[in-house]
Amino acid sequence: MAGLEDLYREIILDHYRNPRNRGELEAPPAHRVEGFNPLCGDEIVVYLEVGDDGRIADIKIGGQGCSISQSSASMMSAAVKGKTVAEARELTRAFKALMTIHESRLDGGGDGSGTDTPTPDPEVKLGDLEALQGVVKFPVRIKCATLSWNTLSQGLDEAAADATA
Amino acid sequence: MALDVATVRKDFPIYEARKPFVFLDSAASSQKPRAVIDAMTAYYETSHANVHRGVYGLAEEATALYEGARARVARFVNAPQAKEILFSKNVTESLNLVAQSWGRAHLGPGDAIVLTEMEHHANIVPWQILQAQIGFEIRWIPVTPDGKLDLSDLDRLLDGAKLLSFTGVSNVLGTINPVRQLTDAAHAAGALAVVDGAQYTPHVATDVQALGADLFAFTGHKMLGPTGIGVLWGNEALLESMPPFLGGGGMIRDVRKDGFLPDELPHKFEAGTPPIAEAVGLAVACDELDRYDMGEVRAHEVAVTGYALDTLRERFAGDVVVHGPADPASRGGVLSFTFKDLHPHDVTQVLDEHGVCVRAGHHCAKPLMRCLEVGAVVRASFYIYNDEADVDALADALQRCAEFFG
Ligand SMILES: Cc1ncc(COP(=O)(O)O)c(C=O)c1O
Repeated sequence: MAGLEDLYREIILDHYRNPRNRGELEAPPAHRVEGFNPLCGDEIVVYLEVGDDGRIADIKIGGQGCSISQSSASMMSAAVKGKTVAEARELTRAFKALMTIHESRLDGGGDGSGTDTPTPDPEVKLGDLEALQGVVKFPVRIKCATLSWNTLSQGLDEAAADATA
Repeated sequence: MALDVATVRKDFPIYEARKPFVFLDSAASSQKPRAVIDAMTAYYETSHANVHRGVYGLAEEATALYEGARARVARFVNAPQAKEILFSKNVTESLNLVAQSWGRAHLGPGDAIVLTEMEHHANIVPWQILQAQIGFEIRWIPVTPDGKLDLSDLDRLLDGAKLLSFTGVSNVLGTINPVRQLTDAAHAAGALAVVDGAQYTPHVATDVQALGADLFAFTGHKMLGPTGIGVLWGNEALLESMPPFLGGGGMIRDVRKDGFLPDELPHKFEAGTPPIAEAVGLAVACDELDRYDMGEVRAHEVAVTGYALDTLRERFAGDVVVHGPADPASRGGVLSFTFKDLHPHDVTQVLDEHGVCVRAGHHCAKPLMRCLEVGAVVRASFYIYNDEADVDALADALQRCAEFFG
């Protein structure tokens, strides 16, 4: 049986206690996207500012959630800030690949985000995010870990739609 | 005679299969006694055929068992006639039936209905679906800070309303609502009174006539019965006046290319093959609850809930914030709380690690969560097989949780 230490790694608890990039951005110009975890009612808000150079100039996280969803959001914000949109999407795919095998087994396919089943790219380095790997041993918590990433994806889609409009 | 938990547990095979077993989530679904499981197995092994169709002996036997179950359930809630008991798949379907049958026939733009802020989504969303289809106003009875319905403005809220639909017992706060007072107020205002009895009937002796409701819904799996069966009771004249909800086999007298004639009660509201084995199981669940005695069931819950309130207060003081009425006598066996600044998901994860099954989340009552200004709560709920030792196990696990996240 997976123990609590598999789930609550020290680095996860650190991001939970000291969340990075907590706050708000003025929207517009930033994009404000809300994500919901229907299981527990957690709500997350991602504020996303994409510069003319196609890089994520700034990102802030609002809302409330459990240690897993909050630390995942914190790590996500730190990981994608300053990255290009393409790189952020790559990271999203890699992170969801880390979580997906089990998630799709639970739901009978997909994770409800509407994106294609991600394929892992061995080139993408997840760094700290790999600490969340233990979550897959606790299937009901996978939604907590992917919430901020699904919300980010939505924000990136909106930003892209805006850029072409 | 007071319930003896050790004896009660002998009736529940899961207490044999899982040890230790601290199950504090009966508000979501109760465990099943051996008598219920055995009755359903015996039905499948010896008596199964589809009902109301064959003339052969076996089909008649199955039909007799199914209709016998209806009569048993009628007796359990003191319904005047068995044909006033409609079987559905759960209380959610029963309430959807009310909205789509009665509501669609009687409501339109300019009309109003009244709900309460403490409703389960099952008594909100069916009305919102109908509202989007035909348009009417939904008014809300507010909840006071101590988790009771604020009835100070009831007359104004009911003024001109055509329906009041409310929960008998809150699945989050545990509050036992003044059902008779509310059904009387609805009737005085000329409104139909509908009660969601999902958390009421498993815990409080239910007399649908004394409660004065027009329609009363409940669900089998929370009262020792199987999943897959729910009930709607209504008096004959009202049910006769309501159009069918689901259409199909079993609910018609005649079908032609240009239309159909609905069957008589209760079949008019039971389209398709009904939950036969589930009805057999639910009837035995009623036997079991009567054997334990509903008065004793209630007294036991008050005692365990009181012990839990005291224990949490003594051991954790302000670190545990319990929602709902402070007095155990005015609440059911449901205890929702937050613990320190920890998220309920994290709390229940640690509790699970220590073998304690409780629920975390919004408990399908998001409007209420917004009123309480919490995102989620931890919920422990008690039934006949829980005792003070379960409460102590909960408190010990909370202590470990505090240490873990310390
Ligand atoms: C008050 C209340 N109403 C409705 C329901 C829905 O019950 P079911 O899922 O059996 O339809 C529940 C339980 O989940 C409840 O507690």
